[in-house]
Amino acid sequence: MAKYLAKRIFYLVLTLFIVITVTFFLMKLLPGTPLTNQAKLSKSQIALIYEQYGLNKPVWQQYLLYLAGAVRGNFGTSFQFSDQPVSYLLSSRIGPSLQIGLQAMIFGVIIGIIVGSFGAMKQNTWVDTSATFVSILGISIPSFVLAVLLQYYLGLKLGWFPIAEWGGFIYTVLPTLALGATPLAESARFVRTEMVDVLSSDYIELAKAKGLSRTGVIYHHALRNSLIPLITIVGPLAVNIMTGSMVVENIFSIPGIGEQFVKSVLTNDYPTIMGLTIIYSFMLCVVLLFTDILYGIVDPRIRITGKAN
Amino acid sequence: MENEKNILEVRNLQVNFKTYAGDVKAIRDVSFDLRKGETLAIVGESGSGKSVTTRTIMGLNASNADIASGTIKYKGDDLLKKSEKEMEAIRGQDIAEIFQDPMTSLDPTMKIGRQIAEPLMVHKGMKKEKALAQALEMMKLVGITDAENRINDYPHQFSGGMRQRIVIAIALVNYPEILIADEPTTALDVTIQAQILNLMKELQDKISTSIIFITHDLGVVAGMADRVAVMYAGKIVEYGTVDEIFYNPKHPYTWGLLSSMPTMDTGGDELPSIPGTPPDLLDPPKGDAFAARNAYALKIDTEKEPPFFKVSDTHYAATWLMHPDAPEVTPPAQIVERQKKYADMQSKLVQTQRTTGPVEEEEEQQ
Repeated sequence: MAKYLAKRIFYLVLTLFIVITVTFFLMKLLPGTPLTNQAKLSKSQIALIYEQYGLNKPVWQQYLLYLAGAVRGNFGTSFQFSDQPVSYLLSSRIGPSLQIGLQAMIFGVIIGIIVGSFGAMKQNTWVDTSATFVSILGISIPSFVLAVLLQYYLGLKLGWFPIAEWGGFIYTVLPTLALGATPLAESARFVRTEMVDVLSSDYIELAKAKGLSRTGVIYHHALRNSLIPLITIVGPLAVNIMTGSMVVENIFSIPGIGEQFVKSVLTNDYPTIMGLTIIYSFMLCVVLLFTDILYGIVDPRIRITGKAN
Repeated sequence: MENEKNILEVRNLQVNFKTYAGDVKAIRDVSFDLRKGETLAIVGESGSGKSVTTRTIMGLNASNADIASGTIKYKGDDLLKKSEKEMEAIRGQDIAEIFQDPMTSLDPTMKIGRQIAEPLMVHKGMKKEKALAQALEMMKLVGITDAENRINDYPHQFSGGMRQRIVIAIALVNYPEILIADEPTTALDVTIQAQILNLMKELQDKISTSIIFITHDLGVVAGMADRVAVMYAGKIVEYGTVDEIFYNPKHPYTWGLLSSMPTMDTGGDELPSIPGTPPDLLDPPKGDAFAARNAYALKIDTEKEPPFFKVSDTHYAATWLMHPDAPEVTPPAQIVERQKKYADMQSKLVQTQRTTGPVEEEEEQQ
């Protein structure tokens, strides 16, 4: 297990390195400069600013300098917020993003499992049809549309939840719902399909022949086996939530990294873009590692053992 | 026909499956008894209704199954009238089942010890530790080597034969009165088949259970069963003791089945088979369902269903050939040979009976 983890961590670092490299050069290909109002500045002023931020050097030198800094934990200072180190800027913003992302994931997957299971158990009844309807809706409505609808109906019309701003838990409800819709729909669809399959398998027949009740069969045998393929989509769902959060955070004015990302790209804030990219890739790598370990826990057939056999 | 020796009495069972194309008449008036401690083999080709019969007994039919008529009396109570809750209490406790394919009938994500212990926990309300201890005993009983270490293994760590032993352990852990074995050796290779069959016989003696043995393999039946019921197109066409069915078969379908069983002295290049295919049970034919494939079919076979004709007290066959007015026919050569052997055996038996007094056979016929 330790060897496996070490190997995975090595791959994680390698992945991050590749992501940094690709993003760095892509970013340099973006049109425009970090300067907001270039026309008002004289040539010497521009040169001075470039000098100060090291932007006058050749791109490959900038790249090497960035790498050297990043290894030592120095991700540069933000361009748009003068003198704010990127690491400080982002660490103060990652909390809300993580909270909303995790809440959306947990809410979506758990409700998805429940909806999917009921759909499968009541196959071809109105319960199943409504479960399918919910998942089709959830998959086809983009989170930003849902966000606006939620703001309008639950926030503005009914006044149950605040529309924007950031405070306590109550402020996270609408963004969580908006972000959680896709994971909910996807996992409901997956669990339903899988459980229909599992319920017609021989070992479920045997479980019934043992005299287990209907709920016993579902709880002890069907659920665990239906959840295995769900783990496969946890990674893609996490990506979905991360990209979704960029827009949703903007809509709800949540001071998270998603909102920051959008701002940074618009202003060519190179160090911040780099920092955010690294954070996103790191989170994704961790999610994937986590799902691989989870696989082994749920499915004994692919358990990672240290033993030679 | 209440009989104390019968643990299970199936009477006039009719099961239809509702499909878009119409009602599939899967079981068409089936009656049989299962006696205490005996092994009854139900033999027939695929689609003859063997498995539907056992599923109906277990109350595990698909949701589109409709039990049109009949009773299944277990210890005097009709299982068909029981609620789902009552059936749950019977399944795995009084009636247990072994399934065909051991590769798919175990839960891949549950330790086998727990899977064997489950019926104990459900029916006896045992705590997990105690149930596991008993499961371990059961694992030893069915011949799983190194059981102490293997109790925490998962199904994929076992071979097919070992898995079927586990399935048997699950079925027998509560010492059921009736064990339904639905083609338990079909998915296993031949060397393992014999081991599993021996194990089943051995355990049957140990825990004195009655077995309904479903198979399409007459070779397996010979060594296992006390009595045989031959099913065709949702009906039992002939039943009797294993000797009567093997050596004195009366129904042309049984003739066909026995002739298509290869033996050591089957010569020639061609393996005999029954021509044609079973009838469509969406619309069963009038008269004898086997008539279309039957070289010995009479005119009446296409018009009227044959009733059971008595061959002996234990042997009945549903074929018009048994009618007193039916023309004399000569069965296939192989069958004639079998009948000759049987006649020899019978005369020897009569001789020994004269000298040593009544033997077991006497008791069977009461």
